[in-house]
Amino acid sequence: MKEIVKKYISPHFPQMGIGLFIKFVGTIMDLFIPYILAYIIDTVIPAGQKRMIFLWGLAMIFCSFLAVSFNVIANRKASRVASDVIKKLRHDLFEKIMYLSNHQMDEFTKPSLISRMTSDTYDLQQMVARIQRMGVRAPILLVGGIFVTFTLDYAMALVLLAVLPLLTFLTIVVSKKGIPIYAKQQAIADRMVRVVREDIAGIRVIKALSKTEYETEKFREVNRSVVEQEKKAGMVMAVMNPSMTILLNLGLVGVILTGAYRVNAGASEVGKILAFTTYFTIILNAMLSITRIFSMVSKSIASGNRVWEVLRAKEEMEVLEGAEDVLGAGKQKGEEEDAEIVFSHVTFSYYKGRATKGGASDAQEGKGTDCALPEAASGGQEDREEIPETLSDISFVVKKGETLGIIGEIGSGKSTILNLMMRLYDADSGMIRIAGRDIRSYEPEELKHKFGVVFQNDMIFEDTIAGNVSLGRSATKEALSEALLYAQASEFVEGRQEQEADALNIRGANLSGGQKQRVLIARALLAKPEILILDDSSSALDYRTDARLRQGIREHFADTTLVIVAQRVSSIRHADHILVLENGHCIGYGAHEELMERCSVYQEISHSQMGEGGV
Amino acid sequence: MEQTRQAGAKKRYSRRTLIRLGQYLMKEKWLLFVAIVCTFGSNLFALVGPRLTGFAIGAIEGGIGAVIFERVFYYAGWMAVFYVASALMSYGLQVLMITISRRVVYRMRQDLFEKLLTLPVGYFDIHQTGDIISRISYDIDTVNASLSNDLVQLLTTVITVGGALLMMLAISPQLVLVFAFTVPLSMFMTKYITGKTRPLFRARSAKLGELNGFVEEMITGQKTLKAYGREDYTIGRCDEKNEVAAEAFYRAEYYGSIVGPCVNFVNNLSLSLTGVFGALLYLAGSMTIGDISSFVLYSRKFSGPINEAANIVSELQSALAAAERVFSLMDELPERADEPDAVSLKEVAGEVALSHVRFGYLPEKTIIHDLSFTAQPGKLIAIVGHTGAGKTTLINLLMRFYDPQGGEILVDRHPIRSVTRESLRKSYAMVLQDTWLFTGTVYENLSYGKEGATRGEVEKAAKAAYIHSFIMRLPNGYDTVLTDEGANISKGQKQLLTIARAMLLDAPMLILDEATSNVDTRTEIRIQKAMRNLMQDKTCFVIAHRLSTIRNADLILVVNEGEVVEQGTHRALMDKGGVYRKLYDAQFE
Repeated sequence: MKEIVKKYISPHFPQMGIGLFIKFVGTIMDLFIPYILAYIIDTVIPAGQKRMIFLWGLAMIFCSFLAVSFNVIANRKASRVASDVIKKLRHDLFEKIMYLSNHQMDEFTKPSLISRMTSDTYDLQQMVARIQRMGVRAPILLVGGIFVTFTLDYAMALVLLAVLPLLTFLTIVVSKKGIPIYAKQQAIADRMVRVVREDIAGIRVIKALSKTEYETEKFREVNRSVVEQEKKAGMVMAVMNPSMTILLNLGLVGVILTGAYRVNAGASEVGKILAFTTYFTIILNAMLSITRIFSMVSKSIASGNRVWEVLRAKEEMEVLEGAEDVLGAGKQKGEEEDAEIVFSHVTFSYYKGRATKGGASDAQEGKGTDCALPEAASGGQEDREEIPETLSDISFVVKKGETLGIIGEIGSGKSTILNLMMRLYDADSGMIRIAGRDIRSYEPEELKHKFGVVFQNDMIFEDTIAGNVSLGRSATKEALSEALLYAQASEFVEGRQEQEADALNIRGANLSGGQKQRVLIARALLAKPEILILDDSSSALDYRTDARLRQGIREHFADTTLVIVAQRVSSIRHADHILVLENGHCIGYGAHEELMERCSVYQEISHSQMGEGGV
Repeated sequence: MEQTRQAGAKKRYSRRTLIRLGQYLMKEKWLLFVAIVCTFGSNLFALVGPRLTGFAIGAIEGGIGAVIFERVFYYAGWMAVFYVASALMSYGLQVLMITISRRVVYRMRQDLFEKLLTLPVGYFDIHQTGDIISRISYDIDTVNASLSNDLVQLLTTVITVGGALLMMLAISPQLVLVFAFTVPLSMFMTKYITGKTRPLFRARSAKLGELNGFVEEMITGQKTLKAYGREDYTIGRCDEKNEVAAEAFYRAEYYGSIVGPCVNFVNNLSLSLTGVFGALLYLAGSMTIGDISSFVLYSRKFSGPINEAANIVSELQSALAAAERVFSLMDELPERADEPDAVSLKEVAGEVALSHVRFGYLPEKTIIHDLSFTAQPGKLIAIVGHTGAGKTTLINLLMRFYDPQGGEILVDRHPIRSVTRESLRKSYAMVLQDTWLFTGTVYENLSYGKEGATRGEVEKAAKAAYIHSFIMRLPNGYDTVLTDEGANISKGQKQLLTIARAMLLDAPMLILDEATSNVDTRTEIRIQKAMRNLMQDKTCFVIAHRLSTIRNADLILVVNEGEVVEQGTHRALMDKGGVYRKLYDAQFE
């Protein structure tokens, strides 16, 4: 939280300073009014001058005008600052989230990031806005009020002041208790968001299985815990207000008693006690405002910490210096000049990186309470020794313009190879080179530029087809329709545009699976990438379309190195190299014909799909 | 004219929102009643304070040596008693209000969520998840904050203002005339500003919802955006929405924050006037200093809460805007209710017949033109055709996620419109192209369709679906919690998990929509036996591209542009040499 104040709020300090000053003047005006009133009662009335009474009355009204003008101006400035601060904070947070590594995404989890980005920043915004409105006014009223009471009568003021340490103590204790409760509450709220999100995604299954009741119960449970946590926090905070009122009012009683002695001794006047009671109301109200601010701040500190957790996350994928040496080393080993993708002895496990961070997470097993917290996301993986590597000792070389096919059973590590190839994760050992350079020596932008990719569960956004293909990259109309054409999508895209606006629904719900895949492929083709990666991305296409697609790509993208992960032998049988994976091990590497001779698993797959005639 | 009518409609809308909020509150009417009693008590006790102060000061008034200490102590003692009592009541009140507001929020959220589940599936295709989440969390939170704080405040205001007014009348009726001028002024100003700010608060909620919707979608697609290096572009788009939301916040907040100082101004005005006229009255001999003191204290009491209330008017407004969004989601049309005389399907044999079915998601764009076929009980019906020929749509119709615009679908000769949705859907087991797993253990995910399935049953299904060994390799086996849409589980593994889920169901009919599209063929062969068992004696609808999967189908429907162009067995269709033959041969090209 401290860091957020330093980084996001402190630049606005000059602005806030001006606002504070204006507010200060306005508030002083507010404070003048009872002072004048006391003067009227103590000095003007006994003198019996009506003219003076009117004059001072006018002065009070004048002060009121000044107060309202200044306060409005200051509030306006405060709103501006709040809106600017959060705009920047949201921008930075979103930017950070966009650049988080996959690993970090897995740890924070998406629902938690979403609620950090939405409700936590909202809490902070409320806090910044109100703390300026009340948080400036209230202390000024408090300090100003106390100051004026001192000028009125120091002895009475001291009595009142004696209450303050108690108040401070109370405030600190209560907010100390409050912050952890709020933090917990937000973690549970994450869980609620997750349930809603999941249920929306799975609405068809839920309805199909008539699990509405079950989901309702599930939501009821999380709803109840959110509400209970909120209640807990509320109860703690509720102590503050009445205790403050009691303390202050008892202070007032003390003041009157003291006043009685002072007046009796001739050290003070009745008018002063009178003014004192007025200031006292101001002080009391100021204190109550401060209480509200504290409960708000406690909540925002929890939010601020959650936001900061994301913001401070370190860049995980460091770029290696000294790329040239690596290049040299590659060549010495006698690799061919035009090697585009080189894997040498690559080993990797998803759980390895996590386990080192997870540490003590025994409590997170089972139902996964609080699994929205990043520490907890890695929960329950302490048996890491038993987890086999996802990939072990994988080596291959693909030359520019060649095609690599990857085939293997479910969970054999096909997609993992692609993840490593694009450096979405770093290999545990071994080396990956793209175009002769260690993959870790590339600037992220440079590396990404080389690839066009369709992931297995790729995302269609709520946008037009053109928007989904271009993803905001500047592309001419010709380039777009070319990409769609080679992706075998132009047929249905043109059909659509004639009949309806071509906006796509959320998650592409108004496209069939095959249509989605073709839009995604067009997206990958658009930038004419050096390396095109298709992760099982033609599975929903019928054979004919699939064949035409591959043919089109080979004809029009002759220089593009192609990496295809597929279930169908027909999708990869023409590849220059085929990698057969089993449990993370390479059990066959070569062209279709070679594998048909040497690799029994490959044979088996091929026979099962194409019958004997396919050989 | 048009504008006034619109304004009128908006006003009615606000009133309806208030009434509905009121209905939620009324469910807690007993607690609410106690809360009101507490509010009265706490405020009335607090109101006695200034009067006692006045008396105490009156006892001091004598000046040097003439202070009547006995009376000072007497009144001071009572002051302490009343203040403590008032504070205790106010604590009780807060506890009550927190309880009430949490209950209301709980109920509202629950209602909203239950409503969500009754909406037709199409609703979620055109509404951003983030916006829905924004309603269920942020909007309800806003309503809730307002209920727990502002309501008490408002109540306090009413009571304090009323009480203070009475007290002031008792002290000096003439001086109260000052308020005859300032109170209407204050009311007028508040009303004027609120009228201006209400649309601003509406805009604030809506814009925030839009931003949240956008953020949700983009974070979901983060991996893709990153792979294409579109981070900066997306951040740019987010900035636009952020800018709009921040601006909407600023405008609402700024105009809302005017209310406070304005009301304060009026209060200062009344204080000034009270001072002047009080002084005059004193000179005229109809008021004592102690009276003026009490009166001024009461006038502060009078204006203090009004001031607070003015501050919370802006909060109330944002709460109202939020409540409108909540209720508008609650007012969405649910799936059409089952016919009143709908029967529940029992012991389904599994005969499914379509006769002249016509359907389009948009009425003017028909996808299925005229589809008729009959599936005999226990038979395997395969549906093939080019991508996008309307195969998945057919499933939407069978499950009655949508109703056809023409024609009829019958199950066991019952038109499905006259059957309860639940019994219809329960008679199908379904494995879809888009696999869905939720956060929960593997066991929970698998037994989802069959509550109380034993561990043994679940393991048997998992073994049959050839996913058991994968599960055992997970850190905690069947107790491993799958998180975040199954981050490191491949689509093929997800498909196997959903197949295992379907295997546990004992439904008379089965729908497999590309159920194994991401499963490698070797695994597919291994699970084939289990699949055959699964399909045994069930009417099965299978959509697949891999034609090897469907060679054994009893009936193959070749669908093209929403119509069945060929139907028959594999052999018959191969002999015919039409569309099917071409499709089949294509895989060997």
